[in-house]
Amino acid sequence: MTTAVNESAPGGAARQAAGLPRLLPASPEDLRGHLARYGATPYRGRAGALIADIEASGLTGRGGAAFPVYRKLAVVAQARGRKVVVANGSESEPASRKDELLLRLAPNLVLDGLQLAAEAVGATEAHLYLHYGSTPEILRALAERASRGLDGFGVTITQAPPRFLAGQETALVNRIGGGPALPTFQPPRVSERGLGGAPTLVQNVETLAHLALIARYGPRWFRAVGTDAEPGSMLTTVYWPDGKCRVVETEIGAPLRALLSSGAETRAWLVGGYHGTWLPLPEAADVTLDHDSLKRFGAAVGAGVLVALPADRCGLTEAARVTGYLAAESAGQCGPCLNGLPRIAAGLAELAGPGHRKQTRADVERWVGSQNLVAGRGACNHPDGTVRFVRSALTVFAPEISLHARGQCSATNRRPFLPLPDGMPTSEDDWT
Amino acid sequence: MAETLRVNPIDCTGHGVCAELLPELISVDEWGYPIVDRRPVPPALDREARRAVAACPVLALKLMRN
Repeated sequence: MTTAVNESAPGGAARQAAGLPRLLPASPEDLRGHLARYGATPYRGRAGALIADIEASGLTGRGGAAFPVYRKLAVVAQARGRKVVVANGSESEPASRKDELLLRLAPNLVLDGLQLAAEAVGATEAHLYLHYGSTPEILRALAERASRGLDGFGVTITQAPPRFLAGQETALVNRIGGGPALPTFQPPRVSERGLGGAPTLVQNVETLAHLALIARYGPRWFRAVGTDAEPGSMLTTVYWPDGKCRVVETEIGAPLRALLSSGAETRAWLVGGYHGTWLPLPEAADVTLDHDSLKRFGAAVGAGVLVALPADRCGLTEAARVTGYLAAESAGQCGPCLNGLPRIAAGLAELAGPGHRKQTRADVERWVGSQNLVAGRGACNHPDGTVRFVRSALTVFAPEISLHARGQCSATNRRPFLPLPDGMPTSEDDWT
Repeated sequence: MAETLRVNPIDCTGHGVCAELLPELISVDEWGYPIVDRRPVPPALDREARRAVAACPVLALKLMRN
């Protein structure tokens, strides 16, 4: 696996003029550096006070679902009694590296955000849910803050198992509650009934870092970049055809071309990670990084994983490999997902092999299309996201499927490109 | 108020009783798991829908207000 590095996107001068990057310093910032740059955590002194600013800012969740942050804040703030806030840094999408880098470079910004969110909803406890084997900077930052008595809330850390669904909100609540990181059926939403039955606010760590900056500089500052409908900046994990992985903070609405190469060296783009969507080139070359533009292709920003698949690789083979992983990552709790995903994965694997039965192509297209074998039929969005990924692969790599049917493949490089965790899950025990 | 049928797919074990009682709104896939019509239950089928909900051996079928 490549190492994530914080690197400027092309057009560095324009980015600087726009005030980017907002979140990522060049090197890990300890508490002293953080306080020198930002000053103390800007507590508002009472619950609810920050929510209007967050609403005005238009901040949405950066964990993938892009849900308006103020609405979750408001739901939990209205509740009485015990309330919980969780910073979600599990980053269980294997291609995403942005939360890991954020937690390493700006841990105090995330922790400020967690404290401020806890104050805003009147929480009684705060948690941090971290990726398996995460970096020590965040632990050091917590200890430093505790020793100086900076935080209103003690923070409990729970480690997420290295599973694709471990970061899903209900799975997170189950894991922090001491159980396996398995999704549960909703409703109730965790904001109404979450950890131990308490209303629970779950926000991605990047979302909390933005929140900490909005608390300091206000909604107008936040909206100075991005689009009217989708303001602000976001962290993206970008894979270029050279195989390098970079974490880049970009304004929402930026042309994808400014982040990813689109020339002859690129076969296709993948937007939104493994629950995301393949985009054809050159047809999609003008899309911008916002839902308004991406929805033309049925795509969404997701957690900001952006891939330029090099022209020497086979997109069909890549898609089949990832789909096999996604099928293996089913929690196995819901019949349609447990039965349907392996079947879809096996069908796609056959299409990616040399020669396939004619019927298989029609079958796979039907399963992810009109027949709707799995989408909308699970407790979580895993079947839906997997179907979106497969459906776009069938469209974008349709010529490749025909080539493979004749026993050919356009790739000259057989090395896998899209990153997957080392070793597939092997047992039920992997969920804790 | 209009209600919609929903299956808790974690609880559902594919007995198929619901599809037998309410074929108008519920069919089963080849593994026996229900495929439920997501439109609001029409008033004419209200009684049958309630019967199907009550008959599910694991109480996985629910009527939810929209």
